[in-house]
Amino acid sequence: MTRAVIAALLSYWRRRPGQLATLILGLALATALWSGVQAINAEARKTYDEAANVLAGGGLPSLLSPSGTISKETFIRLRRAGWQVSPVIDGWIATPEGRVRLLGIDPFTAPRDGAFGTATEAGAIDDVLGPDGILIASPATADRLRPAYNVREDPAIAPGLAVADLTVAARLLEQPGYSRLMVLEDQPLIRPPLEEIAPKLILEAPETAEDLGRLTDSFHLNLTAFGLLSFAVGLFIVNGAVGLAFEQRRQTFRTLRALGATARTLVIVLIGELLLFAIIAGLAGIVLGYLIAGYLLPDVAATLRGLYGATMEGSLTLSPVWWLSGVAIAILGTALAAAFGLVQVARMPPLAPAKPRAWAMVSQGTARWQLLAALAFLAAALAALAFGSGLIAGFILLGGFLMAAALALPSALALCLRLAARTSRDVMAEWFWADTRQQLPGLSLALMALLLALSANIGVGTMVASFRTTFTGWLDQRLVSDLYVTVEDKAQEDALRAFLTAEGAEILPIWHTDGDILGAPAEIYGVVDHPVYTENWPLLSSMPDAWDQIARGEGALVNEQLARREGLTPGTALTMPGGWETPIVGVYSDYGNPLGQVVIPWAVLVERYPEADKSDFGVLTDDPQALRAGLIGELGLSEDQMIDQGALKAFSLDVFERTFAVTAALNVLTLSVAGLAILTSLLTLSTIRLPQLAPLWSLGTTRRQLAMIELLRAVTLAIVTFLLAIPVGLGLAWVLLSVINVEAFGWKLPMTVFPADWLWLFLAALAAALLSSLWPALQLARRPPADLIRVFTHER
Amino acid sequence: MSVRAVFAALAIWLTATQAVAQGFAGLGQTTEGYALPDPATRFTYPADHGSHPEFRIEWWYVTANLQDADGTPYGIQWTLFRNAIRPGGAEADQGWMAHAALSSPGGHYYAERFARGASGQAGVMAEPFEAFIDEWQMAGPDLKTIRLTAQGTEFHYDLQLNADRPFVPQGEGGFSVKSEAGQASHYYSQPFYRVTGTLTLPDGAVEVTGQAWLDREWSSQPLTETQTGWDWISLHLNGGDKLMGYRLRDRDGSAYTVGTWINADGTPEPLAPGQLTMNATDWADVADRQVPVGWDVTLAEQALEINVDAVYPQSWMGTLIPYWEGPVRVTGSHEGVGYLEMSGY
Repeated sequence: MTRAVIAALLSYWRRRPGQLATLILGLALATALWSGVQAINAEARKTYDEAANVLAGGGLPSLLSPSGTISKETFIRLRRAGWQVSPVIDGWIATPEGRVRLLGIDPFTAPRDGAFGTATEAGAIDDVLGPDGILIASPATADRLRPAYNVREDPAIAPGLAVADLTVAARLLEQPGYSRLMVLEDQPLIRPPLEEIAPKLILEAPETAEDLGRLTDSFHLNLTAFGLLSFAVGLFIVNGAVGLAFEQRRQTFRTLRALGATARTLVIVLIGELLLFAIIAGLAGIVLGYLIAGYLLPDVAATLRGLYGATMEGSLTLSPVWWLSGVAIAILGTALAAAFGLVQVARMPPLAPAKPRAWAMVSQGTARWQLLAALAFLAAALAALAFGSGLIAGFILLGGFLMAAALALPSALALCLRLAARTSRDVMAEWFWADTRQQLPGLSLALMALLLALSANIGVGTMVASFRTTFTGWLDQRLVSDLYVTVEDKAQEDALRAFLTAEGAEILPIWHTDGDILGAPAEIYGVVDHPVYTENWPLLSSMPDAWDQIARGEGALVNEQLARREGLTPGTALTMPGGWETPIVGVYSDYGNPLGQVVIPWAVLVERYPEADKSDFGVLTDDPQALRAGLIGELGLSEDQMIDQGALKAFSLDVFERTFAVTAALNVLTLSVAGLAILTSLLTLSTIRLPQLAPLWSLGTTRRQLAMIELLRAVTLAIVTFLLAIPVGLGLAWVLLSVINVEAFGWKLPMTVFPADWLWLFLAALAAALLSSLWPALQLARRPPADLIRVFTHER
Repeated sequence: MSVRAVFAALAIWLTATQAVAQGFAGLGQTTEGYALPDPATRFTYPADHGSHPEFRIEWWYVTANLQDADGTPYGIQWTLFRNAIRPGGAEADQGWMAHAALSSPGGHYYAERFARGASGQAGVMAEPFEAFIDEWQMAGPDLKTIRLTAQGTEFHYDLQLNADRPFVPQGEGGFSVKSEAGQASHYYSQPFYRVTGTLTLPDGAVEVTGQAWLDREWSSQPLTETQTGWDWISLHLNGGDKLMGYRLRDRDGSAYTVGTWINADGTPEPLAPGQLTMNATDWADVADRQVPVGWDVTLAEQALEINVDAVYPQSWMGTLIPYWEGPVRVTGSHEGVGYLEMSGY
């Protein structure tokens, strides 16, 4: 019997390969988006862990000097007193394709399981030791370093990093002292306190993968949210396809039951069938996800590099866990999407009339239940807004808000349709509205998917556009210098100063150093007293005489993200690297920078941080092009030693655009998935609806007219859904800008609305609705009249 | 003393896995650019207590058998290795490695240190004598009167060593042959130290006394390619005589066994290959392997038939390149104490 049941049920798919394809495609797409995003996240996390492990020597605390570098003598004094410390020289070397971080390590004293342990596993290290030793880097980084440097490839080294012997790093970076001393885990029994041997050094807790993770968490959470959203939307497709398959096989089910198959056998066989599809679709989804991840990875890597300075290579590894989780999520998704249909089959009395499901689904109960659920989600969202904090609360707010909107959609649509029905003048129009309302329950899942996709588009689009507007405006303000010049040494600096004075141009040093402030990496810049800053640098909040204080060589300005993260306000004291304190006199906006930043008077920077990078200068001039030519021609500066304001702006915007390239790609994918969801739902409905259409046809409406009405209905529903998506999308944008952004990046952005962008989205929604209803409409138009007549003769 | 340290010194340049994979090929590598031991060379002190950077490898190796007031036996090891990264003898081209260990009833403790040449972190000076790495030191006024200190995470020792007899050249006038193929080293010992001092253990400090043995050895290619490890003993026999012997095991199962009988007045009697016999009698499970911790040792010329047994069979050095090294007890025709080292297990 079971075999007969299996054969009978499977024969259905043989006759409808298109429907089978939709089911598999929907499930595969949902799995693909989900697992693709997971793969990207996993890859990035792995890279951070490796990088942090190498950079921090496997999570060891370190000794730092407030004056910058630590002398070799201090290192030896510590060692000879019993302190097990290992020196590190940390710096950057230039390559034509950007900077590479160079880590000089002492292989003799470095922890064996740290960077050098890995680096030296590949072979003997006598070609590594000594001032002429080679560099060790990952294959991609090695390519960037050659031919200027002698490099050995080692895939175990994190991308963007080169490891070398201490003496090599000292030579290449021209740094005589050590950047820090790693304090090893095993320390001997007897050891004098640090104050007795090196009182000027400070002991610092280890840098971990979490530091980089903390910076990039928001980005990954964003991706995950998108992955989940796509998965949810994909499930609507599966739900549609499974619903259709169950609906169309009701007669088969009844026949099988009448022939003696138990409901149990039927359900088990159906579960088996779905399981098979889920596994096939899951595997296909993983392959597809892998392709998506591979396609998005370069953008993700670019974003991470541009925004966070985190490097990641554009390669993916497929782990067995990934395969398993992909299939698991596909099965789970299928189970969710098919649960309702299976319960129906299990409960169906053997000889029940094959009542069309469309009728059965019209129940006030469902709508009321959905509305209640929507309210519950909204309450959760509001609770997260009121009481929660952090990114997770932000995403609960986001998810709750979107779910509430989706669940409230059928009721809202019903209300709209009832209102619209009042305007109808003839019987045909009245039937149109009534019939549309009648069909809402069957279409509501697909329309929810459309609503989610549309509002996500509007919300994210508004966020990106607002961000871009603010960012461009802010760039215009902040890039005050007309030309930016990098000098090679002090002699060149002197020549530059002399040349510019002669030309009547003004020079502003942009010197900076990096350090840890309140336990996180931060940038420290020094500014000279110049009206160009006071005039062009708006402060978000400040003490009344902020700029005067800076001019007097006192106080510090901090960027918004540092201020928000640590709860700093003007007037509070800030502990700077090196342990000295300075009062905060103002807070400024610093979009696009994930790091904390502090601006201190130039003289203070020079005094406190003699190791600061002193090579960058801003130049104020009326004619940057002429000055540029002069600097190249007369001073012998090279083209790449200077960049004008326009180019810098273009570069910054490019980084910005790439940051959101991933978002845009995911937006398009989500919208296509929603279109597919509508298609499957309409296909389901088109078969069920025959008994409702037959009377109309018998009254004289042609099949062609009926098909047009079907098209019109899909478009109408899409338009109403789109209109409803606008407020939802704007709400979403507000959450993103004012809640998620603050939590994730540390800055708040003003919201700017761009209705022109919506027009494109409107057309896209219209096209999606039209395209997805075209096929069912065509089917109806070509339906043999005999089918319609049969409605009256046949029970169904 | 034997070639034992070569193996460990090489650890700086090769990781453990590779050393295993390559067998002892690394030790048989070319000596081009390095000085070779010369049978005609005679030691001059104190200059030879210092470093010989023209040779590839060199070590300062002290082992001591100690006991507290109750007679409880302890053993300590203090070793400094020098290994040239490249020929030429430059200070900056030297790598330093050191091992310290303490064997006690409560357990075997050890520590390991590494240093770059010319860094000031490690070095040796002949006069006044000082050998050091980090805070570990062996410092005299001279090599017969030295203070020995070292420590790890769980132990510390501070010992005073005094010798009243001459340094003892090993092999033929200090030229010690390591194989029938002629590999050799320069090698002398000071086996007559009397020791007093303090051990610090997890349970507290212990005052100890005892005797110590120093080995000084340098070479450039001391092993043949097929030698897979060694078993080495240095024994303080009651009555004042000393015995040093080692057995170099070959890949084909044969062994090359030589040594020196040192009379109580310090006169050495080099033993011809095969005169001394060493046979394992007792094995112990140590660090997931079988190690011979009991030995049957005979030397017919001295009517010597003794059992040499590890006092603490778990004296495993889990260093970068691991080996076994610990105090032994001598029973049989002669009685006494000593040290046993075994590598390649």
